[in-house]
Amino acid sequence: MIHASLKELAAALAAKSISSVELTRLYLDRIARLNPELNAFITVDEEKSLAAARAADARIAAGQAGPLTGIPIAQKDIFCAEGWRTTCASKMLENFVSPYDATVVVKLEREAGMVSLGKANMDEFAMGSSNETSYFGPVRNPWDRARVPGGSSGGSAAAVAARLAPAATGTDTGGSIRQPAALCNLTGLKPTYGVVSRYGMIAFASSLDQAGPMARSAEDCALLLTAMAGFDAQDSTSLERPAEDYGRCLGQPLKGLKIGLPKEFFGDGCGAEVMAAVQAAIAEYQRLGAEMVEVSLPNSHLAVPAYYVIAPAEASSNLSRFDGVRYGYRAPEYADLNDMYAKTRAQGFGAEVKRRILIGTYVLSHGYYDAYYLQAQRIRRLIADDFARAFARCDVILGPTSPSTAFKQGEKAADPVQMYLSDIYTIAVNLAGLPGMSLPCGFDAQGLPIGMQLIGNYFDEARLLNVAHGYQLATDWHQRIPAGLE
Amino acid sequence: MSLTLSEVERIAHLARIEIGSAEAEACRDQLNGIFALIEAMQAVDTAGVPPMAHAQDVCQRLREDRVTHHDPDGRWRDRFQAVAPETEAGLYLVPKVIE
Repeated sequence: MIHASLKELAAALAAKSISSVELTRLYLDRIARLNPELNAFITVDEEKSLAAARAADARIAAGQAGPLTGIPIAQKDIFCAEGWRTTCASKMLENFVSPYDATVVVKLEREAGMVSLGKANMDEFAMGSSNETSYFGPVRNPWDRARVPGGSSGGSAAAVAARLAPAATGTDTGGSIRQPAALCNLTGLKPTYGVVSRYGMIAFASSLDQAGPMARSAEDCALLLTAMAGFDAQDSTSLERPAEDYGRCLGQPLKGLKIGLPKEFFGDGCGAEVMAAVQAAIAEYQRLGAEMVEVSLPNSHLAVPAYYVIAPAEASSNLSRFDGVRYGYRAPEYADLNDMYAKTRAQGFGAEVKRRILIGTYVLSHGYYDAYYLQAQRIRRLIADDFARAFARCDVILGPTSPSTAFKQGEKAADPVQMYLSDIYTIAVNLAGLPGMSLPCGFDAQGLPIGMQLIGNYFDEARLLNVAHGYQLATDWHQRIPAGLE
Repeated sequence: MSLTLSEVERIAHLARIEIGSAEAEACRDQLNGIFALIEAMQAVDTAGVPPMAHAQDVCQRLREDRVTHHDPDGRWRDRFQAVAPETEAGLYLVPKVIE
């Protein structure tokens, strides 16, 4: 049962061969057994999960079940969920119990009837690529416990990879769904900016943040995205578009599909084993009838520099709300109001979060705005224009997700720049606001998973999912299971 | 570009983050590493390139300026203040700012 797809789980629930309570119990027991070592969850509340499962069973019995009703899910701890402690992996929110639900929570749990298994660990305020910045401790990669699961959605990735949950939510500001999906052998999708509501999703960089599904196949991601997406008046950047069935293209043949290969993604800077696996995936797509087209993203080398201006600038503004007044941590001792702010923020934020706030404060400060923030916004346009030119010649773009497989804990923790460079292939996609996904395409000599990235044009998620699905019908990388968890 | 120690302290003050001098020094080195990465951006001629804030050409959606929520019995206020560090009689308490 723990290896079943969401479709298979839905069928089992519909056939009453298992109840949502039984299924939820099964996962809660696995979490109780395996989470102490993996640390994939920050908060688990068995009573709340089982109550939701009972409600789902009642819905199923009443014949009111949707395709996801009664299926458990791990929620990244960045989504506010009423009555659940919602920490964003920060000391700042260690005791914050959300008084309201994020729209993603409303859609997946209240409307679709999914059952939350708890709040998944992550990098603090989603700032990190290894899940080592969490106040609640690092997450271990189920494929090799000495290694990181990637980040920032590292707890979500480890939970699904270790079968502590059949699926999870993630958020992706610069690669935070795709990179952990690659490092943990999962399929993850970051939608077009504006497709999934950001309401109740704790903000990091508002012009880049986007939520999406993390699961074990493109088919599962399609089901989840269909439930998550949609216009939301409560998010001012949510796009007014009709509802979509993101699974509608699944099964269409890939013959004649034009896959763009950006030459910048196939040069130096990518590990040889990752590159070999991506090349093998290209050969597989050619067998499936796809045609390869060389494209160029000449400004892609500027993506990381521009991102580390835009994301910290927006973060410094967003995180100014954590001041020890309305919610969250407050320093126990202080002299006056300014001292209370300064001590609260010094004690409540971790080192990486503080670093980014400082960068953001600097680039937005008097006299520097044009040279940094405005310049970065202009480069962002150049990057988006590169993609527009490339998509005039191809349907989807393919390349590696991450230049390496999962690295060892502590390996990059002391050098922020090295850590930032683990997102070189994913960041440009966020800057352009395009949909991107990562899916498994092989393993390195040490048995660590390798992911490839597929990038689509705006609103082309349904096609992107089918391109991934077609590959997954022909290969079984996505079905491999970490040792000891079979 | 290279930040000095006093610049780091000034930024930390602007960001309302208390920082000790040893911490400021370690922080300066890391920030300078990051700014070295960012510098690659400065060599690019972007004259005439319009800055991009959103991928779609959309305007900020406006809504009517009217009250959307009423809270006559203070139930919602209580819920939202339950997560505050310190409140009294429906007010947020902060250190005294006016003598």
